[in-house]
Amino acid sequence: MSRAQKAAEWLEARAGVVKLGRSLLFTSIPGGPRWRYGWGAALLFSFAIQAITGFFLLTFYSASAQTAWESVFYLQTTVPFGGFLRALHHYNAQLLPLLIVGHLAQMIIHRSLTAPRELNFWLLAALFPLVVALSVTGWLLPYDQKGYWAARVPVNLLGLTPLVGPPLKQLLLGGPDFGHHTLTRFLALHAFMLPALALGILLGKSGLERRHRAAETAAANGAPYWPDQFLRDAVVCLAVMGALLAMILRPWLTGETERVEVPLYAPADPAQPFPAARPEWPFLFLFQFLKYFPGGAEVLGAIGAPLVLLALILAMPWIARRPWGHRFNVAAVALGLSGAGALTWLAIRQDQQDPQFPRAVREARAQAQRVQTLARRAGIPPAGAVELLRRDPLSEGPRLFARHCASCHRYGGHDGLGQIPEEPPSAPDLKGFASRAWIAGILDPERVSSPAYFGGTSHAQGQMAKFVRKTFADAEPDLLAQRAKVIKALSAEAGLPAQREADRKEAADILEGRRLLAGEDMRCTECHQFRQPDETATAPDLTGYGTRAWLIGIISDPAHPRYYGGRNDRMPAFGRDQILSAQAIELLADWLRGDGAPESSLK
Amino acid sequence: MSSPHSAINNKGHGAARRDFLKAAAGLLALAIGGLAPVAAGLTAFLSPLRRRSAAAGFIRVAALAALPENGEPRKFPVIAGRRDAWTAHPPGPIGAIFLRRTGPKSVSAFNVACPHAGCLVEYRPEQRGYLCPCHNSRFELDGRLGDARSPSPRPLDELEVEVRENSEVWVKYCHFQPGRREKVAVP
Repeated sequence: MSRAQKAAEWLEARAGVVKLGRSLLFTSIPGGPRWRYGWGAALLFSFAIQAITGFFLLTFYSASAQTAWESVFYLQTTVPFGGFLRALHHYNAQLLPLLIVGHLAQMIIHRSLTAPRELNFWLLAALFPLVVALSVTGWLLPYDQKGYWAARVPVNLLGLTPLVGPPLKQLLLGGPDFGHHTLTRFLALHAFMLPALALGILLGKSGLERRHRAAETAAANGAPYWPDQFLRDAVVCLAVMGALLAMILRPWLTGETERVEVPLYAPADPAQPFPAARPEWPFLFLFQFLKYFPGGAEVLGAIGAPLVLLALILAMPWIARRPWGHRFNVAAVALGLSGAGALTWLAIRQDQQDPQFPRAVREARAQAQRVQTLARRAGIPPAGAVELLRRDPLSEGPRLFARHCASCHRYGGHDGLGQIPEEPPSAPDLKGFASRAWIAGILDPERVSSPAYFGGTSHAQGQMAKFVRKTFADAEPDLLAQRAKVIKALSAEAGLPAQREADRKEAADILEGRRLLAGEDMRCTECHQFRQPDETATAPDLTGYGTRAWLIGIISDPAHPRYYGGRNDRMPAFGRDQILSAQAIELLADWLRGDGAPESSLK
Repeated sequence: MSSPHSAINNKGHGAARRDFLKAAAGLLALAIGGLAPVAAGLTAFLSPLRRRSAAAGFIRVAALAALPENGEPRKFPVIAGRRDAWTAHPPGPIGAIFLRRTGPKSVSAFNVACPHAGCLVEYRPEQRGYLCPCHNSRFELDGRLGDARSPSPRPLDELEVEVRENSEVWVKYCHFQPGRREKVAVP
């Protein structure tokens, strides 16, 4: 006997590993190997994938409100295969409930739920709520907008349970609202408690199955597990992996433009709505189901209906033994599956038909892209990625504009966020403010009194409008050429990022334009101040026109002598009257100038 | 150990009684041994039940001048400092409300959270009302339910408002338990 053999025998005498392995592999399977026995293997395989990927994800994850999104972002963008790891976990989580339902249906259809297999059936059925709980706790962990808003709904529904609901919800959240302790608790449930319970159920179910097989093989013609059933099981597992890879690689296979394994939306922000919130697709039917319960009755839908379903599932092993009972069970499965299918289809169709939903999804993706761009460019501050968006002119500018400016002004015809306000504009359209095109408009006799400029204001028939009409309506080409130079010079004052190149190339024209602006021929300085202090100026200062400081100044106090003075028409002094914070005014100014990021635009 | 059980076992079978006492003593020993981790763990775990959200009181939300005269609602962030376990957040958006003028110096305020499941409702100018993007609850401009089939059990949650010094809108910002007919403030 060789040493290796001796060592093996020594171990076998003490641990009985080989014997155990043999008894597992050579258990006799009643009626011989079958493909449908592969459901159990598929389920175990799927759980194993979650355990493996889950462990590695846990080595990167950091559960706190300022680090959860950030750690997932890092994993996805920086760690090799990090995105793929998360994708495996994410899509396999969608397969799991399907595999459980498929297995349950198979047990019902093949009547393998009657004695002595009632317990097996119930254990399998008990896995389903566990997997739902795993999903809901898992959605929240990346702490992006989608997960945050998708997890809020089931947590709120839980809070509706009579008596125990509110304290249960508070326990789960680790306080009155979402925060650090919600994440630590969800993680403890998601990565420890719930998987431990699921593992217990799976082991219990396999043990029972082995017991029943051993008892039945005597009666039926059995065949050992190894290798025929093993091969079938292995092929089934491979098929599960194939489905998983197809789900992950779908964006590449279908040629979608946004190629990312699992989207990571903008970081959770309780103050920012997320109209694109939907549960993951295996749970869409529940989402749709809840729409049909009128106000105050969703306890029935969210808690009552699952309880009825649970009672039915518990009773199924007995129902199956009654005459027609089997048919009843099969019909219930067919009805349940087609009902869930129909509800899923309805949910998807209603979202497609609602013009607002696709817009919300586009917006959500744009925001996700924006925050990731910012995070890549400058890194994430200690206060978290949510700070990046709050300090980003491109994200905050349009919101501030819609809230505070759009009741009078427009931005390219809309309110900054793409909505068109009911009332017509009563102040200039500020898209491209101080750009050459914008200034060309205000110096155009056709347009100066149009709604896009002074049309809605008291300046529509003011001195500026009169001057533009009188001077340029039937102007000689020479004068028009001079106007072109004035436009370039005035626009160059702003130093807009989008015009930096043009400003640099046409420095000669700009120099000439500046001379014209300051000179007497163009008559600008009769009312405006330009580069020379002018106590008698009655119109806004053109020195540094459209610069950040100039814009901050006019938003803060348009009635300041440097701007409109006493001629200010209805514009509030946002800074002086403390309507907006200094930071908000800076964000608006930066956004109007197009500062921040030329390469990606939210709108 | 003079429980009713000992009386039942007391049929002269001394062996049975001794076995019972051994089992009972063993279980008691285990229970005492296991008490410390379970009790400590549960006490810590259940502690959030006693935690209350810091009563915010009135918060300045907006300038009266920022509200359109025509009674159209505007959404405003609620800016306040906040404590989340160990983190003291500097003032920042903690939520949002809709403000709408109901008169020259009067304002009504609604929490933007839908009373159904807590999604944030949106103002839809073309419908002259609010819509929840999650389960399509509709509300009128004054917060009333706009549609009998709305899943929301109650109107939008109105908040206490004060217009101070004729120019500033202060709101008592709080949340209410979603999904109930009655408006119950979250502790």
